[in-house]
Amino acid sequence: MPATYDVAIAGAGIVGAAVADECAAAGLRVVVVEPGPIGGGATAAGMGHIVVMDDSPAQLALTRYSAALWRELATELPPAVEYTQAGTIWVAADDHEAAEVERKRQVYAGAGVRVEVLDARALAEAEPELRSGLCGGLLAPDDAVIYPPCAAQFLLERARSRGTEVRAGTAAELAGVGQAMGPASAIATGIRLRDGELLSAGVVVNATGTWAHELTPGIEVRKRKGHLAITDRYPGFVRHQLVELGYLKSAHSTATDSVAFNAQPRGTGQVLIGSSRQYDAPQAGIDSSILSRMLRRAGEYLPRLAELRVIRCWTGFRAATPDKLPLIGPVAANDCLYLATGHEGLGITTSLATAKLVVDQIIGRPSAIAREPYLPGRRQEAQGG
Amino acid sequence: MAEHVTIRVNGAPVTVPAGTTVAAAALLAGVHAFRRSVTGEPRAPLCGMGICFECCLTINGRAHVRSCQTVCAESMEVTTD
Repeated sequence: MPATYDVAIAGAGIVGAAVADECAAAGLRVVVVEPGPIGGGATAAGMGHIVVMDDSPAQLALTRYSAALWRELATELPPAVEYTQAGTIWVAADDHEAAEVERKRQVYAGAGVRVEVLDARALAEAEPELRSGLCGGLLAPDDAVIYPPCAAQFLLERARSRGTEVRAGTAAELAGVGQAMGPASAIATGIRLRDGELLSAGVVVNATGTWAHELTPGIEVRKRKGHLAITDRYPGFVRHQLVELGYLKSAHSTATDSVAFNAQPRGTGQVLIGSSRQYDAPQAGIDSSILSRMLRRAGEYLPRLAELRVIRCWTGFRAATPDKLPLIGPVAANDCLYLATGHEGLGITTSLATAKLVVDQIIGRPSAIAREPYLPGRRQEAQGG
Repeated sequence: MAEHVTIRVNGAPVTVPAGTTVAAAALLAGVHAFRRSVTGEPRAPLCGMGICFECCLTINGRAHVRSCQTVCAESMEVTTD
């Protein structure tokens, strides 16, 4: 019996939604299974920073490609997605970080990413609320800010308008699922829902973020907890997404817990404040000691932040892999089963490129960037923590 | 302690008994929109006890201060959205 769908996707976060949209655009018959709200997991918890990052050449290639895809899409996005080309300023606090500005400038410029070095004075002019005595920074003017759940909604709606079905339900089993009633040899490909229904499909995509290992045992995706806080509206308090260059130290830290200064202007004038990273913190509740550390760190860069009113704090879980690169593509043992997870803190940025790479492989189309660094079967060398 | 204090609400002087909250003074001054919601709707005190945050306004340049929890002080400058 032919499969009902070409592609069945588990998970309608921004990655699942983007994959559905790309599949539908390629003319594939698609079903998406999501037990909760659209973009209700890490998609809703994150900052929504579209950022080019250069921890590794593969990360640079993926984020640069995907950020360009967001720029192309920007004019089609509805106002609710709040796409704003705020730009990022990587802030250098000391001479060591100032040297990092120059290194980063060369890498970005070499990759064709627009950047501009700011000296101490230019930094102060660009962001008057930053404390005095900072060394300068690197401005990446094309980076942007979005509201990710609405972006996921938009992508899924667009897929739906091209025939994609969206099912509210929980995927219980993926890919080569046994058919209970048939002979032992009858293996169906698709998604088995918890209520027993089989959505048969030629290809299954596991895009369930931090839950991915529950459906595909053995994959190395760990939960990495983060905290965020948002203030009331103070328009103009910060103008760009501000990230300390020490952020990389935090993101790579082998210590269990780390914080780094990261502040983002929202369209409403609110300031979104991050960031924290914790492994082995399975509870979603606010950890007041790390939240305090995070806010203190932000206050060291923005002294008047202490006068602003924080109206909400929350946490989320990033889907982290040992080598800090996502898992995109077919699993080695089963070419009907694809992974699209493990994006850690870059899932919003890299969702669109992820979708391209997945669909390129499904339909046998060449890709704009090399796919190998992200293939699930790669040899993973642990990077930092 | 003086029996009365005078504050300015959107530039206009208002004299109230000492101990009066800024919320009460602003209402006496005829303010109807203490703050604006994200979509621009006017908002005014609802609970009067610091819970609803609808009475927030700007006091001495500091935005989003709960006026029902702030007592008038001489020469205070109060502005609304």
